[in-house]
Amino acid sequence: MKTLGKSLKRPDAITKVTGKAKYVADYQVKNMLVGKILRSNIAHGHITKIDVSKAKALPGVVAIISADDVPDIKFQPTGLPIASYPEPGMHADKNILTNYVRFYGDEIAAVAAVDVLTARKALELIEVEYEELPVYLNPQDAMTEGTVEIHPDSKNVLGRNEFTIGETDLAEAFERCDLVREDEFMVNPVQHCQMENHIAYAYMDEKERVVIVTSTQIPHIVRRVTAHALGLTANQVRIIKPYIGGGFGSKTDVCIEAIVASLTLAAGGKPVLIDMEREECMIGTRLRHAIQFKIKTGVNREGRILAKEMISVSNTGAYASHGHDIASKGGGNFFRTYPAELVTHFEGTTAYTNLPPAGAMRAYGIPQVNFAVESHMDDVASALGMDPVVFRKINMIQEGFVDPLKRNMVIENIGLDQCLDKAKDYIGWDKKRKQYSKCQTGDRRRGVGIACFSYGTAVWPYDLEVAGARMKLDPDGTLQLTMGATEIGQGSDTVFCQMASEITGIAYEHVLIEHINDTDHSPFDTGAYASRQCYVSGQAVKKAGLEIRNQILERAEHLSGIKVKDLDIVAGQIVEVNSKRLVISLMDIALKSYCSMELFGVIKSEVQVDVRSTAYAFGASAAEVEVDIKTGRVEILNICNVHDSGTILNPMLAKGQVHGGMSMSLGLGLSEVMLFNDKGKPLNNNLLDYKLPTIMDTPDFGVEFVETYEPTGPFGNKALGEPPAISPAAAVRNAILQATGVRVNQTPMNPQSLFERFTLEGLI
Amino acid sequence: MLDICEYYEAESLNDAKRKLASSPSANIIAGGTDLIIRIRDGAMANASLIGIGRIEELKEISLCKNGDIHIGSMVTFRELEQNCTIKERVPYLGEAGGTMGGPQIRNVATIGGNLCNGAVSADAVAMLCCLNAVLVLESVNSTRSMLIQDFYLGPGQVDLMADEILTGITIREQDYLGYQGRYIKASQRKAMDIATLGCAVSVNCQEGTIRDLRIACTVAAPTPVRCSSAEKLAVGLKATSDNIMKIRDAALGDVTPRDSWRGSKAYRKQLVMINIQRALESLVLTDGGE
Repeated sequence: MKTLGKSLKRPDAITKVTGKAKYVADYQVKNMLVGKILRSNIAHGHITKIDVSKAKALPGVVAIISADDVPDIKFQPTGLPIASYPEPGMHADKNILTNYVRFYGDEIAAVAAVDVLTARKALELIEVEYEELPVYLNPQDAMTEGTVEIHPDSKNVLGRNEFTIGETDLAEAFERCDLVREDEFMVNPVQHCQMENHIAYAYMDEKERVVIVTSTQIPHIVRRVTAHALGLTANQVRIIKPYIGGGFGSKTDVCIEAIVASLTLAAGGKPVLIDMEREECMIGTRLRHAIQFKIKTGVNREGRILAKEMISVSNTGAYASHGHDIASKGGGNFFRTYPAELVTHFEGTTAYTNLPPAGAMRAYGIPQVNFAVESHMDDVASALGMDPVVFRKINMIQEGFVDPLKRNMVIENIGLDQCLDKAKDYIGWDKKRKQYSKCQTGDRRRGVGIACFSYGTAVWPYDLEVAGARMKLDPDGTLQLTMGATEIGQGSDTVFCQMASEITGIAYEHVLIEHINDTDHSPFDTGAYASRQCYVSGQAVKKAGLEIRNQILERAEHLSGIKVKDLDIVAGQIVEVNSKRLVISLMDIALKSYCSMELFGVIKSEVQVDVRSTAYAFGASAAEVEVDIKTGRVEILNICNVHDSGTILNPMLAKGQVHGGMSMSLGLGLSEVMLFNDKGKPLNNNLLDYKLPTIMDTPDFGVEFVETYEPTGPFGNKALGEPPAISPAAAVRNAILQATGVRVNQTPMNPQSLFERFTLEGLI
Repeated sequence: MLDICEYYEAESLNDAKRKLASSPSANIIAGGTDLIIRIRDGAMANASLIGIGRIEELKEISLCKNGDIHIGSMVTFRELEQNCTIKERVPYLGEAGGTMGGPQIRNVATIGGNLCNGAVSADAVAMLCCLNAVLVLESVNSTRSMLIQDFYLGPGQVDLMADEILTGITIREQDYLGYQGRYIKASQRKAMDIATLGCAVSVNCQEGTIRDLRIACTVAAPTPVRCSSAEKLAVGLKATSDNIMKIRDAALGDVTPRDSWRGSKAYRKQLVMINIQRALESLVLTDGGE
């Protein structure tokens, strides 16, 4: 590879560090109104009366809307393409504004005013009366017979699925095992805390179309969902996505776009901005699902897993958002990393409760499953008296594995074993595991732990995987690239430019990419989620690049008489392959394509790909910790992630992804949790009380790669965006287990909770 | 956009006192790191503020002839950390202040502001309690001094009249000469966090015998609290591990932490004990300890 595989500078780097990149908040629109959302201050109940007259009378208030002012259309706000399009989706359970409050913070009215203070004062003047209903915060309470249904005819169950893989009867299989172990785990809800809060402004253009400039991961889907929610057709809505300050999945839902659009409609098309505050963003967008797990594993004397079962109950909160998909994806993951010899059984349930809605968050349910499964693996290994690494190696997925959940695809190119070896070596496993297994008695005790993961790339075969790319050769021989894929900070635009350069032979610096997506102009792509863009959208770049390259070489053949197959593009020149002789410069061809009487015809390509494959990324984390028994504090002494993500396309960006993901996983494992009182009122929806780790809490991260080649990826690559956020938490949990002998089966493993456990276990 | 109706920038201390006396609803704003957040939260509608950030005399740290140290109320946490007099005489006070917030906050937040908003978790306050700091409060008509312990009336409540300005803090020589100190902040994060429990210890220990011990805890009671029974017990004791355990156990009787979602009563008690123990061990144990 000439361009890929190198740590090339991001095309948006200078723009961003000099402050020139324009984010939504940077657009200064004349006479922009400020929109504010009135959120419920109860978690469950009917609105019996809403009086906006005082608010309306406040000077500077331009529009006020409540549930009766918006179309009575239920929609599903999620990001994934819906096969049944243009149907509203499987779980259309959300109105733009509601008369029936389902969580503390539910959207009940919205105001557009001349400035933020007036808008805030107007919110205070809206009088709301409620008839309160019982509040259910966990699935068990919500699913009890006779409870109030949060959504009609749901019994508060959003979805269930189960599967059994293997012919043997489950009970019989467990009978045949030499050792059976059961454990329960609980992963508590966390929030994305992306740097840029949700923000959007909307206005009506001169053609009376609703234009929404929004911080989103999925512009094309936002257009479809918002149009549906507003009772408009897709063409009446235009979405523009400027530079974005992160999303981590919280921006794969339509959270504010339909509200801000409703406000501009109510304000006669005047521009209205909704800029969420952090406190609001933390409850008014999405959470990561809280999921409970029961896992049972049976092994034989040699440590081979014969039978396994997982029952998971996921808490989606007040609305479906991504539906049951997150829990069901966890089931597949349970089965895949360590397949059982005889039988695997999974049952998953997703329940409605009165917590804020949970949706997509980096790695889509797998961090939760991974914490449970990898913790449980260590517990089974210790019951067997076996080294956790050895136990994992005996059971890990092998090449040639046939996956019945993925249309019997055969999984090849598995770098998991090498990842585990590298992680083990990085942490000094053999020596330290032995050293720390000696009886430790002081206040500070040490341990090492390990965890593995597998992760599917993109969403095929469950959903459509499509992407589009457009290329145009400018008169100076440089290339313009327009993607439907969305750059949200992760660096995909950089890698797309590298791909374009790699394929066409046009220098990387000569590829100009459009960072702004606009549903009027950008090719169709479903957006940034599921670690899909380099894998799926990358195929669009490859295809468009090949077409462009071919067109250039055909012109060169026309001019030189040398056959296309004997020509190549190297550093902006067309050369003869064998002699390396210069045939013609790219600039000549480009210029002629615009102004020559003979050769006119702008060189361009626009392609769409429909990708019908997936690939599994693998990896392992290893951690060394020191636990302060007396205070419950955990110090990470050393930690690494080793990834098999196929070809690494840009090592520096790849490392950045891994650093960020590891940090998120440590947050989930050690410190972060969204807390609510028994009435469902959020307690810590701010960055002081919600313990997102600071850089001072962040250890140095070891990052290594095992580069396999994935033939279905455009350049041998597979998922890397989400996988880093999966396994560090479990590795830390297992290291705490070695250090203290205590099995901590709940996140976060923060000082308070560890103090309680250590007290219970008699360590304090 | 903040709900502030008036802002007055005082040119001198007298100017500030006069303005405050004539505007009963006005609030003094120092670094603003608490006040602005309260205004943003809507807790102070139509705020009227008097800025005292340009009054140079409030920004000084001086060593008096009698050995007392005077700290102006507008001294920032950053200055407290970096000041030579503090570093030489009471380095542990600067260190305690250095655990507050993050660098950006410490660059603007002031010691006076931290005292006046009465936070139960204020990081420098525990150590100021050990130092028996004397606060100077001035208004147009009066000047009064009081011990820091008397200043705190309850959570968020301090003995500050509507027309008074805290102008400075005096640390008397007798309260630091011969003492060593240590502040241990228990918080979930290593930066940008409030204390789950703050524990300050200063000790005068000569030839292995504790002459005087002062222990102050924050978030252990409605106001910062001195552990007086533990302090009394300690006087005259040899600095041994056993005695340290006795002292820390006695301190439990001096604190009344409460249960909250930020931390349980039991956990806070554990932190009182363990952090007093660890602070003392690091200060007085010469035979190693842990």
